[in-house]
Amino acid sequence: MSNNEQGIMNNKVKNIAIIDYGAGNVRSVQFALERLGYNSVCTNTPKIIQEADKVIFPGVGEASSAMEQLRNSGIAELLPQLKQDVLGICLGMQLMCLSTEEGNAKGLGVFPVDVLKFKPDVKIPHMGWNTIKVDDSSLFKNIPDNSFVYFVHSYYVPLNEYSIANTNYSTEYSSALNKNNFYACQFHPEKSGSTGEIILKNFLAL
Amino acid sequence: MLVKRIIPCLDIKDGRTVKGVNFVGLKDAGDPVELAKRYSDEGADELVFLDITATKEKRRTLIDMVENVAKAINIPFTVGGGISSIEDVKLLLRAGADKVSVNSSAVRRPELINELSSIFGNQCIVLAVDAKQINGYWKVHLVGGRQKTNIDLFEWVKEGVARGAGEILFTSMNHDGTKDGYANRALMKMSKLVNVPIIASGGAGKKKDFLDAFRLGNADAALAASVFHFKEIEIFKLKLYLRRRNISVRF
Repeated sequence: MSNNEQGIMNNKVKNIAIIDYGAGNVRSVQFALERLGYNSVCTNTPKIIQEADKVIFPGVGEASSAMEQLRNSGIAELLPQLKQDVLGICLGMQLMCLSTEEGNAKGLGVFPVDVLKFKPDVKIPHMGWNTIKVDDSSLFKNIPDNSFVYFVHSYYVPLNEYSIANTNYSTEYSSALNKNNFYACQFHPEKSGSTGEIILKNFLAL
Repeated sequence: MLVKRIIPCLDIKDGRTVKGVNFVGLKDAGDPVELAKRYSDEGADELVFLDITATKEKRRTLIDMVENVAKAINIPFTVGGGISSIEDVKLLLRAGADKVSVNSSAVRRPELINELSSIFGNQCIVLAVDAKQINGYWKVHLVGGRQKTNIDLFEWVKEGVARGAGEILFTSMNHDGTKDGYANRALMKMSKLVNVPIIASGGAGKKKDFLDAFRLGNADAALAASVFHFKEIEIFKLKLYLRRRNISVRF
């Protein structure tokens, strides 16, 4: 069965919400899901997000202004209480943490860890293709260690008890997290070629 | 480990890919969406689209193209050419571009870089600079290289990064179209001056030119157009060549 046929079948049960909170490229995620055969909706309406089967929380932009948007739309309050599977991407992952050094923003606190800025012993942002070493997580089913994924970020989540993947850049840090129904990755699965597509499919299959 | 990137560049005019030498004598080089898909399949790490139409009426054509590219490929891409406002950037990012590059408009009004990076984050603001070495001094040029300024390349790059540019795309006009290698000395000097990734552009003709941009120029990525468009170099073979010479690349 092709990706597309499989997706169309799954569409009957999958209602995917992509959280859209203003500036940034949320449609890349939508297009990536389309390529896998899934429809999704970009929204900032709490009710639609709450009723979705799967929620994707992408992120491009600056942390403190993104948090402001999330508070204004009521999503900041809603997101940590969601019971369905949630996937944070890039800034989305960082905003799911306690706080970030970017604009000294307070985060949503799903993951009890603080986000730090890379030390200038490396070029910042960490931009391009780097490898992940993955844990035994359903998110990384069929993903071998040292698979390449695409990163663009200047801040990082240190290793902690919720890390399910790590990457080396300046230091060994968390490139993915999982706690209960909350998943997050620092890289962009929607821009990470076929590896990224497998990860997105794994998330939708959880 | 973070690997070196190979970036095909597509010059876009009225929704078509074109290629010239030293910014003139443009030839049609195909449908951008098809080419983007081909490059992505061949192992390109990223793509750059430079719109040289740059008239307001044709803007919609570009936005449509960006959306079609974003639907078709699963690797990141940058769009540049004629970007001068927050609104321009918002439209491009919402259409599916990952990064935008600013060039002449940022030279004319440097605050643009601050404004864009504070709203969209510096990771998606690329400062593109066309420069020419004249009597030993690198001078910034505007409007696709047609207008000379007295601005020093290195001073401008430093200022651009301080204002929030997250990446530099440096095109040497002396090397562009010559197929005789990148401006490696200038690249190396730049990489010592600023702490953001640098994309080398202008001069790729053979595989060794890429190797030299990484080894001698310390570039983070190398961009080329015609050698890929006209299939003089295959991306997959280029990457094999680089890996054999201990340059880390993605397969």
